[in-house]
Amino acid sequence: MTPLLEVIGLERSFPTREGGRIRAVDGVDFTLSRGETLGVVGESGCGKSTLARLILQLVPPTAGQVLFEGEDLARLPAAALRRRRRDLQIVFQDPFASLDPRLRIESIIAEPLIIHGIGTREERRRTVATLLERVGLPPDAGRRYPHEFSGGQRQRVGIARAIALRPKLVIADEPVSALDVSIRAQILNLLADLKADLGLSYIFISHDLSVVEHVSDRVAVMYLGRFVELADAQTLYARPAHPYTRALISAIPQPDPSDRRARLVPPGEPPSPEHPPPGCRFHPRCPHARDVCREQTPALRRVEGGQGTHLAACHFAEEIAALPSPTG
Amino acid sequence: MSRLSVEELTVGFNTDHGPVDVVEGVSFALDSGAMLGLVGESGCGKSVTAMAVMRLLATPPARIAGGRVLLDGVDLLRLSEAQMRRVRGDRIGMIFQEPMTSLNPTYTVGSQLVEAIRLHRPVGRREAWAQAGALLEQVGIGAVRRRLGQYPHELSGGLRQRVMIAMAIACSPAVVIADEPTTALDVTIQAQIMELLDALRREKGMGLLLITHDLGLVARYCDSVIVMYAGRIVERAPVKTLFAAPRHPYTHGLLASIPRLGRQQERLPSIRGMVPSPGLRGAGCAFADRCDRAVAACRAEVPPLGPADSDHGFACWNPLP
Repeated sequence: MTPLLEVIGLERSFPTREGGRIRAVDGVDFTLSRGETLGVVGESGCGKSTLARLILQLVPPTAGQVLFEGEDLARLPAAALRRRRRDLQIVFQDPFASLDPRLRIESIIAEPLIIHGIGTREERRRTVATLLERVGLPPDAGRRYPHEFSGGQRQRVGIARAIALRPKLVIADEPVSALDVSIRAQILNLLADLKADLGLSYIFISHDLSVVEHVSDRVAVMYLGRFVELADAQTLYARPAHPYTRALISAIPQPDPSDRRARLVPPGEPPSPEHPPPGCRFHPRCPHARDVCREQTPALRRVEGGQGTHLAACHFAEEIAALPSPTG
Repeated sequence: MSRLSVEELTVGFNTDHGPVDVVEGVSFALDSGAMLGLVGESGCGKSVTAMAVMRLLATPPARIAGGRVLLDGVDLLRLSEAQMRRVRGDRIGMIFQEPMTSLNPTYTVGSQLVEAIRLHRPVGRREAWAQAGALLEQVGIGAVRRRLGQYPHELSGGLRQRVMIAMAIACSPAVVIADEPTTALDVTIQAQIMELLDALRREKGMGLLLITHDLGLVARYCDSVIVMYAGRIVERAPVKTLFAAPRHPYTHGLLASIPRLGRQQERLPSIRGMVPSPGLRGAGCAFADRCDRAVAACRAEVPPLGPADSDHGFACWNPLP
């Protein structure tokens, strides 16, 4: 069966003012099945948000393909792409920035329906009412404006708008990062309910590894424009095969004072994507780096003896995976 | 020994709906070399508390309605503005979430550090520059000569926060207040900065007040913790006690709602509803409307923080066992 989404050799580079080029996304491959949630984690500037925009065809790729149900989105005629957009929606981090402050909530949620010419006025009004209830907002919320809502409520509006067209894929770009802890759990539970009820697939982008583990079936770790590891969530957290993944996991402080895991704090900062280091891009910060790491770029490959399809871009992936688990 | 002691601090704001207390009766003490976590969600009053301690709130609209802030026995709330300027940066250092808002973009790192030192210490320029270099080394910045000559915008977020820390500790203050110092930083850089703050408070014996929304940071780095909700302290305890056996339902709910590494959960327990706005808090406990344990007393009267003789205090009429 054709996967829902297939991303092949996707690349995007941007020119810099100094005449160089930044390879924001530098050769990403993966597939997403129907009903699956793929978590994408990485730190700022790793290219995860650019990846989202490439998949949604909001920026054109420099190279590579995005196949949605087998169709190459970049090759679709304009009218066909517009129809296809119904199937792919996005939820942003800051719900306020993505909502028009002058529109009432009902207009904001109905806008995608109007754009795609769906329903009569009366049908749209009923759809909006159903959507408000679906995302846990009171019926009178439709008559109000974005500024009258808290961050968590605004994110509910953003989600209602994203599911208005009954999409097949929702890309959530840091959807809970701006929210308080107690509200974050509400929104994560809502996203889980919607996935189950509407048969959605998610690409869930976040810098927060705990949140990503909670929501994802599979997880990809991104560093300087590339996937450095891709595995099912359980394997990735229990036996990470890339030193960067290990460092990220051990860097998250757990709400548990008896947590005595070793703190593997990688020294230094990520290098500029304009001048990535030769060989493995993580080698200047890697405690396991050897000569080969400075010379040869490791390909994203199967980890020998790994669980299922566990991919890692490290010359010593098997050794790293055999180390004690960073989740303790 | 406690260096900073805040007693019954109450801060009000003038709003469109009249005066509203956003911090009510907050008391805590901070010892030399200790790290105290002050946690809570947006609007709970944790940053206003810090700003009131530093006397950095604009008055009006803010108004210190009561209480004392004792630094080594001296009530900061009674000092003149000129006296307070001598305290800030000398006896109390401050680190903010976004260093760009507190570093001056038009001066080099070196000249800002030198100015901070010479404001409080009678040293010559040459000596101050030497001290500035030594400070940068202490906060883990290499290539010191080059860094001293750079402007804040030329540095990464992590380096800027290190410079901010160097400024905060320049005069070896008794107390450092860090308000969400790592919230704007990536996970790996956050770990570096927290390890640095942890080492500095131990080496220098500074009391460190860590204001954060991140209970993970509190668990890893703090000795004790205060939980604020809607302007009041709802629970305070040594870190181990609070995380092992929270007594206030809000603390319990917060801890339960955080996804844990390596633990597969279908659903996260969540706290229903949201924080009431200041001014819309009823007569009783501000958490009552969101609380599964609420009893009649909760809506009638604000529960006091107690017991007073215990290091584990909670403000609840029906606490968890």
